[in-house]
Amino acid sequence: MDATKRVIVPPVPGKPASWTLRVRQAIDRGLPMDHLLPDRQPYYVGSWVYVFGVITIAALAWVIVSGVVLSFMGPQWWHASSLGRFFNSLHFWSVQLFFIFMVLHLWGQYFMAGWRHGRAATWMIGVVIFGVSILTAFTGYLSQQNFDAQYIAINAKDAMNGAGIGAFFNVLNFGQMYGLHVMLLPIGVTFLVVVHIVMVRMRGVVKPIDAEGGARP
Amino acid sequence: MDSPASYFHWGFILISMPNLLVILGMIVLFAVALIVPFPHGKEGEDGRH
Repeated sequence: MDATKRVIVPPVPGKPASWTLRVRQAIDRGLPMDHLLPDRQPYYVGSWVYVFGVITIAALAWVIVSGVVLSFMGPQWWHASSLGRFFNSLHFWSVQLFFIFMVLHLWGQYFMAGWRHGRAATWMIGVVIFGVSILTAFTGYLSQQNFDAQYIAINAKDAMNGAGIGAFFNVLNFGQMYGLHVMLLPIGVTFLVVVHIVMVRMRGVVKPIDAEGGARP
Repeated sequence: MDSPASYFHWGFILISMPNLLVILGMIVLFAVALIVPFPHGKEGEDGRH
């Protein structure tokens, strides 16, 4: 038999042989464009409570934009120049807004039991985003390059060592904390937020407990 | 700005005034979001906006 001869596997009826086609069909089924970018919403979405999540995303965008500028210019700039201090403050206050509105979004979803009808994974990813965000903020406080950052690092090291993670998460190691803060953790938060939003769009906004009609369950 | 924050101490609860004010502000904002009516657009036949 010719070793170079390709074996053609006949397609199984109902299941395409091409993996790209299978993925495309799965995306078409799970996330059609009118779910991803809807132009209309069920009547129960008409509440200010639903705005908290959107404000959280807006605050995250400001955090990322101001953070990119700060990482590009460096600590001397953000401490010693007026424009640098402005961007430093922009970064700090957008983080405050991010956390405040993330918690308000959490309260809203908790009281409407947002994990119902197959949305448990969406809720759990939100929980993970909250945890990773705290870690990102913590490494940010350690990356300020001022006495405040040194005070936090010196005090936090004992807690980290007490928890047994000091060997691979050394809060006195500025390079490690800064690298985590500007690279790995923001990528993690942004990726999880994108997954969270896509999952919300796949299933739609959860129906209020006593709601009738509207859209998807 | 450089002076330490004052603290609210009630039983086992110990919290700085700035943190307490932020939390109270969040509770007020949450209540306002539930009470204040949301501006509605034109409603479709299926009850969607």
